[in-house]
Amino acid sequence: MLGKLSWSAIPFDQPIPLIAGAVVVLLMLGALALVLAKGWMPYLWKEWITSVDHKRLGIMYVLLGLLMLLRGFIDAIMMRAQQAVAYHAQGYLPPEHYNQVFSAHGTIMVLFAAMPLVIGLMNFVVPLQLGVRDVAFPTLNSVSFWLTATGALLVNISLVVGEFARTGWLPYPPLSELRYSPGVGVDYYLWAVQISGIGTLLTGINFVTTILKIRAPGMTYMRMPMFSWTALASCLLILAAFPVLTATLAMLTLDRYLGFHFFTNEAGGNAMMFMNLIWAWGHPEVYILVLPAFGIYSEVISTFSGKPLFGYRSMVAATLFICVVSFMTWLHHFFTMGAGGDVNAAFGISTSIIAVGTGVKIYNWLFTMYGGRIRFTTPMLWSMGFLTTFITGGLTGVLLAVPPADFILHNSMFLVAHFHHVIVAGVVFALLAGIEFWWPKAFGYRLHEGWGKATFWFSIVGFYVTFMPMYVVGILGMTRRLQHYDVAEWHWWLQISSVGVLILIVAAGCQVAQLLVSYIRREELKDITGDPWNGRTLEWVTTSPPPVYNFAVLPQVIDTEYYWELKQRAFEQARLSEEPKYEAIEMPRNSPTGFVCAFFATIIGFALIWHIWWLMIVGLIGAYATFVVFAWRDVPEYMIPADEVAQQDRARRAARQHILNTGEVAWQ
Amino acid sequence: MIFIRRVGRRVLPCFCVLAAGLLPSLAQADSILEPVGPVGKGDALIMMDALVIMLAIVIPTMIATLGFAWWYRASNTRAVYRPDFTYSGKIELVVWSIPTLTIFFLGGVIWIGSHTLDPFTPIPSAAKPLEIEAVSFDWKWLFIYPEQNVATVNQLVVPVGRPLHFRITSASVFNVFFVPRLGSMIYAMNGMVSQLNLRADKPGKYLGFSAHFSGDGFPDMRFDPVAVPAAQFANWANGVKGAQLDRNALGQLLKQSRAVKPYAYRGVDPALFDAIAARRVAPGEGPEGGRGGAEGRNVMPHGGAP
Ligand code: HEM
Ligand SMILES: [Cu+2]
Ligand SMILES: [Cu+2]
Repeated sequence: MLGKLSWSAIPFDQPIPLIAGAVVVLLMLGALALVLAKGWMPYLWKEWITSVDHKRLGIMYVLLGLLMLLRGFIDAIMMRAQQAVAYHAQGYLPPEHYNQVFSAHGTIMVLFAAMPLVIGLMNFVVPLQLGVRDVAFPTLNSVSFWLTATGALLVNISLVVGEFARTGWLPYPPLSELRYSPGVGVDYYLWAVQISGIGTLLTGINFVTTILKIRAPGMTYMRMPMFSWTALASCLLILAAFPVLTATLAMLTLDRYLGFHFFTNEAGGNAMMFMNLIWAWGHPEVYILVLPAFGIYSEVISTFSGKPLFGYRSMVAATLFICVVSFMTWLHHFFTMGAGGDVNAAFGISTSIIAVGTGVKIYNWLFTMYGGRIRFTTPMLWSMGFLTTFITGGLTGVLLAVPPADFILHNSMFLVAHFHHVIVAGVVFALLAGIEFWWPKAFGYRLHEGWGKATFWFSIVGFYVTFMPMYVVGILGMTRRLQHYDVAEWHWWLQISSVGVLILIVAAGCQVAQLLVSYIRREELKDITGDPWNGRTLEWVTTSPPPVYNFAVLPQVIDTEYYWELKQRAFEQARLSEEPKYEAIEMPRNSPTGFVCAFFATIIGFALIWHIWWLMIVGLIGAYATFVVFAWRDVPEYMIPADEVAQQDRARRAARQHILNTGEVAWQ
Repeated sequence: MIFIRRVGRRVLPCFCVLAAGLLPSLAQADSILEPVGPVGKGDALIMMDALVIMLAIVIPTMIATLGFAWWYRASNTRAVYRPDFTYSGKIELVVWSIPTLTIFFLGGVIWIGSHTLDPFTPIPSAAKPLEIEAVSFDWKWLFIYPEQNVATVNQLVVPVGRPLHFRITSASVFNVFFVPRLGSMIYAMNGMVSQLNLRADKPGKYLGFSAHFSGDGFPDMRFDPVAVPAAQFANWANGVKGAQLDRNALGQLLKQSRAVKPYAYRGVDPALFDAIAARRVAPGEGPEGGRGGAEGRNVMPHGGAP
């Protein structure tokens, strides 16, 4: 009846996950009880859960990403604590558990923290930057989000029901095959990643369509803001790479569920094929994350330097260059499999060629600052932290791309230090900068600068203290994923690294404090004008937060940095442009399709993991029925009357007129 | 601004202390920067070359970043604000050519290094290389010395100064054979034979382990190699005692076991390695079950010796 599921699935013998799980369940139940008691449920359901508004979905993505970032961070704390004490000892985590922790950490950080944060910011910002009302397929967008949430939920269920994969964040066979991993851990991984992967692929389709097909009138490609360009590049990579991931994991699934032999040790299976395929997705994946991060830095650096982005065309070219070359480098993840001099050299060179694109970007950011008037707000501090840190992170990356160097560094803690160097300083810093930068747009008030700066300084110091020692132990020969060790020279470096994590915990505390303090003091931090930073792109035209329809009248773009030009003209002439003619606006209706889909997807995933076949069939029927009901719907979208639009937009214009009249500009 | 300056003053000394601590410690016992053979020396040299080439542009770029940001701070009234300086063909040319030229240079290093240090390439030497066959199991290493007709588990003894030619495969999941101070590592893969050529030029005991995660017993896959003078090596090989390494003994090795103490075999089935590599024997057994499978694992603690 319940397949493989039985009481033995609950780890009663392991207090740590059990207590952690219990706390999470209690928190969730508590939150639910609060929501029900306060009667917030109808509001949540109508305004958020069934919302198809790209801004709301973006905010929910970011919330999911932040929660998962916290979960992944807790895993990281556990690992650092284990390695700090597991010298000549077993530490407090047995291998069965430690191996789950690093696998869950990697999977969660990349797929359920960084990806939702990147996609969340894309969701919120891109339609605004392009001057349009929503993405191409709003309901599909909601389906994407809820499928991602399903994946995250399944990973977290594995904490208390069964186990998570113990194979690393990429489940290399033969270790991940049934013979060597008979538990449900790998199955949790497979279905969680497959389901959220479908969500990501749909996002890719949605945003490529949006950016290629619906932009404000006059918004030609060469007038698109840099963040939108990088979002396009990232989504093109999603379109090309995620199907490879889906197919690869499907092959592993067939091996595990139906006795196929793609990657097994028996019957002619070839596990090396898996390495090739998974990295054909895995390498582009890091650029899916880092290209939008570069986009964020471009916007932030240009805004706070008070200059347009230097060498805009060059930046676009470099982005597309990286986009293409990132598909030609996957073999650098296994130079040490002995492919021979020619092959290794070719991939070593192709990998270092990517650094050209990145180098160009760094120099263009430099020249954006050159001749600028730089305001060191929190987003700008993150960008400075990025610029100075990322250069050396890229350096160690190119070092790993030199095959003979990789022959002694592969799989070492040096590698672990490298990828955190680029992913933390490159992606995580960008995401925090982006959240800081667009927060006023989303919520109508700025975040507290003091707490933001404190977060930055603790983060950057904590970052160096945590990760530099990892380079050192890597050079001292330490390999990754060690549950215990007995080499004296490594011990105290690992302890320093744990001190670094303590500093990072303080940073995380400051970040939470910043959100709380800013919320409490939201009145005094209020963004009245909708343009708190003296911005340059279209999202700053509209109010903070923007109305559902984003723009009362779609902007007629006639220039790059059109909004900046408009603003300068208004200042010169001391008056706003003519009031436009307002018309009724058609907006998409809310739809529970995404949520219901995800509900059934969760059931399907859980049933497949535990081999509960009848439940899987129920889930499939439910999901199919949801799809049919949505496809057959016959209700028109809804109209917002012209009067209402006019009234709201006049209020916005009045706020702007006030600035012009008083000449007072409270820009940060 | 004052805040930044104040913190900067505090952070900088920390870095200096860190950097000063770093340098001597990198030259410690099992550092890859203290190689004891030609391969390790070659790898480390290429690595340092690449590092220096890149530092040549990285350091000026870092300085420029900090310098520009500092000089063009909004509060600096002496800095000239040039909001229209957004494009310069000359700068773009330089900006694309600096990284490109660096990569050209580095590409040469990569090309030459990849070929001369390819692990399959024999080390030029008058002496005939010592043949060693290495097999990874869950979770231990087996080393077969075909000429000496002996085999060892989790113990590698090699003669100093004589080239070593390894043939490496796995009887279960992937592993990596790695001795940091000897140089290049290489994967041990089921159904495939990797080759690795190394040489130890100094007697001593070095760190040796698997550098690719292979499951619960992975941290104990240690085989710390001992390099001894040639005569001593011959003595050792003659003196090795142990059971016969036949299909029966192999059956025991295929069972999972952790933290296996070193032991040896005398008398080796000469076809054994190729039989494993060609998958003519069943692969390593794996555990009996995990959570959500049959409960209970069948791991021999600290054992596996016949
Ligand atoms: C914020 C502080 C973080 C700390 C202290 C940290 C620490 C660690 C540690 C100690 C390991 C395992 C090292 C080992 O192999 O034993 C690890 C692995 C990993 N981390 Fe992090 N990490 C952090 C953030 C991140 C972020 C933001 C990401 C990605 C977005 C990330 C991605 C990964 C991945 C992919 C692995 C490899 C997991 C595996 O071995 O399969 N980490 N991290
Ligand atoms: Cu292979
Ligand atoms: Cu890669």
